[in-house]
Amino acid sequence: MYDDLLLTVLLTSVPLILAATGELVVERSGVLNLGVEGMMLMGAVAGFGVTSLSASPYFGMLGGATAGAVTAALFGFFVLGLATNQVATGLALTIFGTGLSGLIGAPLVGQAIDGLPAFIVPVLSDIPVVGVLFSLDVLAYVSIGLVASTSFVLFRTRLGLVIRAVGDNATSAHALGYSVLKVRFYAVIFGGMMAGLSGAYLPLVLTPHWAEGMTAGRGWIALALVVFASWQPWRVVGGAVLFGGVTIMQLAGQARGWSVSPQFLSMLPYLATIIVLVAMSRGGRAERGAPAQLGRIFLPPR
Amino acid sequence: MQKIIGFIALIGIAIGIAWWSMKSQDEAQQADAVSSDPLKVGFVYLTNPGDHGWTYAHEVGRQDLQAHFGDKIETNFVENVAEGPDAARVIRELVEQGNEVIFTTSFGYMDPTLKVSKEFPNVKFHHITGYKRSENMATGNIRFYEGRYVQGVVAGLMTKTNKIGYLGAFPIPEVIQGINAFASGLRSVNKEASISVVWVNSWYDPVKESDAAKVLIAEGADMLAQHTDSPAMLQTAEKAGVKGFGQSSDMHEFAPNAQLFSSVNNWGPYYIQQVQQVMDGSWTTGEGPDHWAGNTWNGLSDDYLVLTEFKNMPADVAAKAAAARDGIASGSLNIFEGPMMDNKGNQILPAGTVLDDGGLWAMNYYLDGVLGDLPN
Repeated sequence: MYDDLLLTVLLTSVPLILAATGELVVERSGVLNLGVEGMMLMGAVAGFGVTSLSASPYFGMLGGATAGAVTAALFGFFVLGLATNQVATGLALTIFGTGLSGLIGAPLVGQAIDGLPAFIVPVLSDIPVVGVLFSLDVLAYVSIGLVASTSFVLFRTRLGLVIRAVGDNATSAHALGYSVLKVRFYAVIFGGMMAGLSGAYLPLVLTPHWAEGMTAGRGWIALALVVFASWQPWRVVGGAVLFGGVTIMQLAGQARGWSVSPQFLSMLPYLATIIVLVAMSRGGRAERGAPAQLGRIFLPPR
Repeated sequence: MQKIIGFIALIGIAIGIAWWSMKSQDEAQQADAVSSDPLKVGFVYLTNPGDHGWTYAHEVGRQDLQAHFGDKIETNFVENVAEGPDAARVIRELVEQGNEVIFTTSFGYMDPTLKVSKEFPNVKFHHITGYKRSENMATGNIRFYEGRYVQGVVAGLMTKTNKIGYLGAFPIPEVIQGINAFASGLRSVNKEASISVVWVNSWYDPVKESDAAKVLIAEGADMLAQHTDSPAMLQTAEKAGVKGFGQSSDMHEFAPNAQLFSSVNNWGPYYIQQVQQVMDGSWTTGEGPDHWAGNTWNGLSDDYLVLTEFKNMPADVAAKAAAARDGIASGSLNIFEGPMMDNKGNQILPAGTVLDDGGLWAMNYYLDGVLGDLPN
């Protein structure tokens, strides 16, 4: 029974981990993309549509990632190419993604697909409790792999140093000869891919159907998780599992008849976020880890 | 750089204006072409028909209405209208476009509809699931809870664990009516079984609905019911090998082995009846604004609520379900009949009495058979 609950917690965390890790890289490069929700929805509709057409959820994964990347490219064009306001463009991207995914998805409503199967590791999955970690689907394992590689690239490679330099001090990076806009654009595309994968996870694993607006605000939670994780990839995993855990716990509490108001329990995950944010704000800026030029427009001087 | 931006912006504005003028020309031509003969009927939708639930059911009803009257009427609708003050603007626009009959299809449109109805005394307004009325604003609703009683009967006969899981959106009267009707049906056939209610705090959040279903199954529930809008719960049930009931529309294709049946909201007959009355000149707004139930509140008896085919259950269970359905439709079976006890042991109704509509809207208790406390 606890195995089932733990499994539910892990599965519900995966889309948050994927989207937040992508956004983390985007923000590390100094760009704030508030369009995560819109990119997730594009990923979800593409993931579902491609799976429905090709009968292969693996193609669906690719489709979701591609759709997310294309949507992000549009954002990159406006924000980096035309130097538009990042907050306004990001919000517009969410509205755009919500509308366009609904339009594309209209003929898909009411269909069902076979999602990604669970990939059960023999022997290891028989271990009590811990075994749950080895009975997930491919995309869940991939998401952990992506967090690990993101963390490695950001903090252990030259590329990561460049990305962080661009986010912390674009002028210096530019003076050193790095193309700030190019680095930021690739980061934005990576973020879109991850958001697309995250969106595709919903119809491919959690609820194998398409419905308009099915992400129901998870993109915004992913954005909050990046701050919650103080821009550190592994903390994203911790935050996502904590968030998922509190969500599932409040549902389980109701099922068991705990006499606590469900509104209060629903509030818990957000309360936890606020508490961590307050705790972090007591530290200095370095400790919070916010990229110094997050959200600022950079126009390369001629 | 800035020149380029300016240039692009200019082109964008030019295209926008061209598109807008073409569009409004189109609309003007269309308006000319139809002339003012057909009765224009407008609808305000909360989401869009793609939700496969609440708004979808209204869209099906609108199509039934259009098909019934053919070219005698013209129907228009506006999708994705947020509940609240802005709805008044949309309703007013529908009036200005010449719609003489207007249906606003969600509870939150109540006050905006009332406000606009006073500004346009010649237009006939219908508000769905509210309780406020005016001289030219009627209310309509479906007795959704009737289907829940039949669900309770089926669940009570089918359950092996005697644990029923129930997903609720928000603890409002309509949802509580459903839970209590389910409990009444459940306890009419099975005194041991009880219902665990989980509030999702959303009408529509597939992932959370699915999570709640998983949690309930992990806690031992083998029958699931929902008062939320997505098919996620049934898909989860299908995967886990337990059974459940669909909501608002037939969800059988999402869960071919798990859906026992679905209660479908059928608005067509209501729309047709109301528009017919407007055409006949017999349209009224009922008994006055202080009556909770509204002047049209029908259920199984008038096919406003339709149950899909009973599937995935033994024939004797299906027969008992059909008997309950027909009993409610004919009026021989009362869902809320004394002696009725709440789940704390207090008597709600003495023997020999039946709960009236006012009592239905004043439910602030769980009946015997539901676990836990009703949130305030």
